[in-house]
Amino acid sequence: MRIICPVKRVPDTAAEKKVNDDLTVDRDSVEAILNANDEWSIEEAMRLKESRDDVEIVALCMGPESAQQTVRKALSYGLDAAIQVTDSAIEGSDATATARVLAAALADEEWDLIIMGNQSSDARSMLVPAMLAEYLDVPALTYAKRLAVGDDGSVEADRETAGGHETVTTQLPAVVSVVEAINEPRYPSFKGIMAAKKKPLDTRDLAAIGLSPEEAGHAGSSTTVLEATPKPPKEAGDKVEDDGTGQVGAKALVDFLVEKKFI
Amino acid sequence: MTDILVLVEHEDGTPKKVSNQILTAAKQIGDGSVAAAIFGAGAAAAADKVGEFGATTAYVWEGAEADEYATEPKVAALVAAIEASGADAVLYAADPFVTDVVARCAVRTGSGVVADAVDLELDGDRIVASKAIFGGDMNSMCQVTGDGAQFIGVKPNSFQAESAGGGAAEVVELSVDLPESATRAKITDVVEAAASGRPEMTEAAIIVSGGRGLGEEEGFELIGELADALGGAVGASRAATDAGWIAHSHQIGQTGKTVSPQLYLANGISGAIQHRAGMQTAQTIAVINKDAEAPIFSIADIGIVGDLYKVIPPLVEEINKRKG
Repeated sequence: MRIICPVKRVPDTAAEKKVNDDLTVDRDSVEAILNANDEWSIEEAMRLKESRDDVEIVALCMGPESAQQTVRKALSYGLDAAIQVTDSAIEGSDATATARVLAAALADEEWDLIIMGNQSSDARSMLVPAMLAEYLDVPALTYAKRLAVGDDGSVEADRETAGGHETVTTQLPAVVSVVEAINEPRYPSFKGIMAAKKKPLDTRDLAAIGLSPEEAGHAGSSTTVLEATPKPPKEAGDKVEDDGTGQVGAKALVDFLVEKKFI
Repeated sequence: MTDILVLVEHEDGTPKKVSNQILTAAKQIGDGSVAAAIFGAGAAAAADKVGEFGATTAYVWEGAEADEYATEPKVAALVAAIEASGADAVLYAADPFVTDVVARCAVRTGSGVVADAVDLELDGDRIVASKAIFGGDMNSMCQVTGDGAQFIGVKPNSFQAESAGGGAAEVVELSVDLPESATRAKITDVVEAAASGRPEMTEAAIIVSGGRGLGEEEGFELIGELADALGGAVGASRAATDAGWIAHSHQIGQTGKTVSPQLYLANGISGAIQHRAGMQTAQTIAVINKDAEAPIFSIADIGIVGDLYKVIPPLVEEINKRKG
């Protein structure tokens, strides 16, 4: 079974962001990391690999050349190989263009299952897993907090709802997106980090995956950003020291809630 | 003229509050017609109630497949509703399962999606959507380009639902051609959480949340009492869900849900940037924390420096008294 784990290089949430003239984020100015949610998909793929003897896992990354660090990080968890799509024309890709590029990269690949994080910490649109499934014409089991793959090629997932779940079953090939509740990701071992440096990394440009520059990046996107402005920092309001009995704090908060008409 | 179709969500025939909000938004910004698309068991009953919020037509599909299979039957139905209505734009509540339907539909119709809008305006035949990006650090204005219907996701509580005083919407039953592929992912079981009587977290106008400072699982009983006094939902920081004190689905933050309620009341939460990325677009933020240096105080409209176990009980008592 060949599993694909799409991974994304994202700016660290804690980092300050600068915006370029074309309203994309200046990704060179901020520290970039492997999208946290992708650690759960990698972990889930690794567990499948460890539970059976026929599994190969391939990381798939769309991003600038510098995203190679992210790809190597993904490989350090024990993945087998990676495909990186990098091309100056992919910059500014929205969710639709991203899904189109990822799908095109898989057009000539053999694969059975795609496991990915439910969202990226920068865009947070949650759109890409379902869009990728649509481009590939396969079912998607999204927001999975439990995943089971049967020997008969069946896939079953518990999809997280508010407090509960729905169980959905389909057949491979399929796309699965996972939420944090699904597992506890491991840390890469020293051996894994060293091995990651030597694992095969197949770098491709848009032409190699059969797309024209007009099908990716700003040109290939179906949405556009008209304006992006830093939000002015919020002024902190009153700070009230409680007297240790709770009475002072409670009264101040009730008065505030009444004033703001929440009570 | 921009004709807007609102994808209405309902529970057994009662439209969700957020759908009424979005119908109101469509009515306020649109210069054309407002229609509703409603799918699944109870859709016809829900159609009776959308006229009040401004929909003049309701495109209804009650196919059993909508509830028996994940996502794809509704994608086919939404494509049919867009064709039947000739809508220029589709507004939907930015909720995970609905996002899936819209994502597939946008690809299928060659269009794009702007998710998580908090404000909308019309510029010619285009909807310009305002949204927070990068965890609320920045604001942006976005629009869908191209020829297909524009898909815009709207965050709950961005608009107040207001009665438009309209009569019953005209009901149009859709005929939906389901491709065989639409029934690939079968729903075999649905497990609902025990009914808490509280609003859903992502839809709630008020969220009371708890973090590491609760110290133990029992702390969420207190958080629940405060939430109930205020008619709000219960949220949590990652520290609290990681500790197993409350289900992961309550987690707010970078790896959890993004919420923007009218009031966010954080208890025992220090306010790491990862948590703030999920909640700092709340309109009003109140904080109770023992640690006067906690970073969350810097974004609070009111901060109480105190022991939440001491402050919350008299707070609940006083709220209940004032509500009389």
